[in-house]
Amino acid sequence: MPRAVSPGRKWLTTVLAWAVGFVIFFPILWMVLASFKTELEAFAIPPSFVSFHWTLENYAAVQSRSDYVHHALNSIIIAGGSTLIALLIAIPAAWSMAFAPTRRTRDLLLWMLSTKMMPPVGVLVPIYLLYRTFGLLDTRAGLIIVLCLGNLPIVVWMLFTYFKEIPKDILEAARMDGATVGRELVYVLTPMAVPGIASTLLLNVILAWNEAFWTLNLSTSEAAPLTVFIASYSSPEGLFWARLSAASTLAIAPILVLGWFSQRQLVRGLTFGAVK
Amino acid sequence: MGRISLEGVRKSFGPHVIIKGADLDIADGSFVVFVGPSGCGKTTLLRLIAGLEDVSGGRILIDGVNVVGVPPAKRGLSMVFQSYALYPHMSVRGNIGFGLKMAGLPRAEIDRRVEAAAATLNLTPYLDRKPRELSGGQRQRVAIGRAIVREPKAFLFDEPLSNLDAALRVQMRLEVTKLQRQLATTAIYVTHDQIEAMTMADQIVVLNAGNIEQYGSPLELYERPANLFVAGFIGSPRMNFIGGPAAQRYGAVTIGFRPEHLKASREGEGWEGKVSVAEHLGSDTFLHVEVSEIGSLNTRAVGELGLAPGDRVRLLPDPHRIYRFDRDGKAMST
Amino acid sequence: MTEQTQRVGRLALTPAVALLFVWMIVPLGMTIYFSLLHYSLLNPGTESFIGLDNYFYFLTDPAFLYSMRNTLVLVGSVLAITIVFGTLIALLLDQAVIGRSIVRLMVIAPFFVMPTVSALVWKNLLMHPVSGLFAFIATSLGFTPIDWFADAPLFAIILIVAWQWLPFATLILLTALQSLDEEQKEAAEMDGAGALSSFFYITLPHLARPITVVILIETIFLLTVFAEIFVTTGGGPGLATTNIAFLIYLQALIQFDVGTASAGGLVAVVLANIVAFFLVRIVGRNLDA
Repeated sequence: MPRAVSPGRKWLTTVLAWAVGFVIFFPILWMVLASFKTELEAFAIPPSFVSFHWTLENYAAVQSRSDYVHHALNSIIIAGGSTLIALLIAIPAAWSMAFAPTRRTRDLLLWMLSTKMMPPVGVLVPIYLLYRTFGLLDTRAGLIIVLCLGNLPIVVWMLFTYFKEIPKDILEAARMDGATVGRELVYVLTPMAVPGIASTLLLNVILAWNEAFWTLNLSTSEAAPLTVFIASYSSPEGLFWARLSAASTLAIAPILVLGWFSQRQLVRGLTFGAVK
Repeated sequence: MGRISLEGVRKSFGPHVIIKGADLDIADGSFVVFVGPSGCGKTTLLRLIAGLEDVSGGRILIDGVNVVGVPPAKRGLSMVFQSYALYPHMSVRGNIGFGLKMAGLPRAEIDRRVEAAAATLNLTPYLDRKPRELSGGQRQRVAIGRAIVREPKAFLFDEPLSNLDAALRVQMRLEVTKLQRQLATTAIYVTHDQIEAMTMADQIVVLNAGNIEQYGSPLELYERPANLFVAGFIGSPRMNFIGGPAAQRYGAVTIGFRPEHLKASREGEGWEGKVSVAEHLGSDTFLHVEVSEIGSLNTRAVGELGLAPGDRVRLLPDPHRIYRFDRDGKAMST
Repeated sequence: MTEQTQRVGRLALTPAVALLFVWMIVPLGMTIYFSLLHYSLLNPGTESFIGLDNYFYFLTDPAFLYSMRNTLVLVGSVLAITIVFGTLIALLLDQAVIGRSIVRLMVIAPFFVMPTVSALVWKNLLMHPVSGLFAFIATSLGFTPIDWFADAPLFAIILIVAWQWLPFATLILLTALQSLDEEQKEAAEMDGAGALSSFFYITLPHLARPITVVILIETIFLLTVFAEIFVTTGGGPGLATTNIAFLIYLQALIQFDVGTASAGGLVAVVLANIVAFFLVRIVGRNLDA
């Protein structure tokens, strides 16, 4: 039980912490504010913080642009699809490593993690050419494949760590009760691991949603998710900043919410267990 | 029927040999206890019978059929785990009925059997609770309920009482014994506690470092131990062992006598020694005595002796209860 | 565990292992193959084997050396900023703070923002030399506003990337700080250690391992910073903000020089592998623990 801190000290740390937090969060805040301004006010000088004409016209404009909805849908399908497929492949693999380990299991796990450490740019050329040959460029399926394989090591790794926390003898009890491996997975392991599976799902949806290498290089319009859509605003004419802010806010809002819930998973998933 | 036989059962993990070669015949309906120190292989042997591990050699017969290679579910056995291994996300009803569900029994039949088992174990008011809402003793009974509801050929118990506190343990010991007698089903029970073994078993299998040292009734093991190990393992406090010239006088390399067969008196015959520790339990007195040229001896007497540390005392073993052991530690005939 | 379980275990592993193996080997193999060819997408069908010439051209190209320098500066600066400030902020957040969870949310947020959004927000709303917020602050203080992306483009990129990764470092280090045994700190206090010595002799050594992990992981991901550059400067002005990853991208998808780009890609892979080697060692040691 930590000792009580003097109120003076507490106020100091509180003010300091809030100041730091505010500074770091500020760009996001500024963007959200801009999304509620008119285009004119968005880049007016001097910029106003609160005393401007609040409007929802930007959000209306974004919603009405059918291509925004199209790209948002792509983001959902690609992020969700790649993560779900990764889960389907990873659950049996993680089960195997956690409950049927061999001498090779440790090395296998490390090898899987090392595939995540490969710089994507190293295989940009062959993937791009392969995709071009097989007509996978600018397709949702193509992006789902790449993102699924890219995140698979992390999904396997995270599930492995969660499965290891499940006592082995409960699964043995299921075996004594007559469950085959498949039924053991369905009736006992998965229900017990639901929190872990949910956390893994969460973090990987976030990673896939924000992925900005393969999405930028392998899609242009048809299958382009929000990362690409926003990038298309990078032309120097700043006349659509307010609208850009609105689009961006819509693009990142769900992820910010999800991200809040997945802090611990972030540490577990992205440090590969090297930090407890 | 639940007759189980082991023929030359061996188990190694890589270069380590855990079970060196076990031969055993367990009669239907008997309560057999596997007992031994940690690492002796008793749990491994149980898991081999259960089918949770593969044998490295030998045969395991259940009612005359060799079940080596047969998965656990098809052997018709039930197991109660040391940690109970209850399914945390299922209710007590779900836990007990899971095996029946896996077997594909109709819902009505499952309910009937589950409720019958719950009634036997006084679990009826808890049927809809989850394991985390139950006490240790209740969870234990759910684990037992899960085992009995499948009406197996034999029960396998893996140190089921070691997670309970002492008072509960004594109570559960009686309940398990009564239950087994009531159901008349074969039971194989693993424990490291020789008191549990002695009080519950029809037959005891004493294991040491992968070998079956002796197999017999509790009284047989107590009165006619086959070797040094069994003699020292069974009986509490431990048997006194003396080597050297004192043993040679009896024609053996080592002699042993139980503390309860060593009479202590202030004067009289026997070895002379000094009391180093006296334990007064009221009902019994345990004395640890230092005897010159022999070493430390323990003696047990009923009632209070009135002896204190530092007192001089004479120890005389009952001549009819002296065990003799040869060079290999095997018991010599009396 | 039985033979049967082992068999099923191997089966269960196969899809994941096979897929990852193919994902590794096939593209990598192709990259190696292409890197030995003279292959330009502008003249398809005129591929010819030129051995290691691509590597020679790539590695002696002044553009490569320049981008290598940029990469090192980028990675090094972001590491420095995120670790130093990450540690400080983590220490701050480890204290008693009213409304700590909200502050945490504010500090964590940048990591979850899409890189393209971050880059555009910084470029247009904050750093724009005419109507950006920074410009406004500068002029109201009497300074001339900096044209970030013209005068200090690499620094601008560093700022954006550091902002995105600061939460990562902070979160990791905060987690590590909170795992520091309270009793150790109390023992140090009983031994007479003040706040500063306590920090240097107890806290910092405890943080040594997590900091190492953060460095390694960040390096691996920072070597291939791409989206921020793509969206703001396109590598310019000139090559001022081109890092290795972007250079390879330029060669592959802008100049369509497959051969050189593949050679470059392999160089990037080798670099990342060096860092990965150490990271895998640490992770492996933790697995055994």
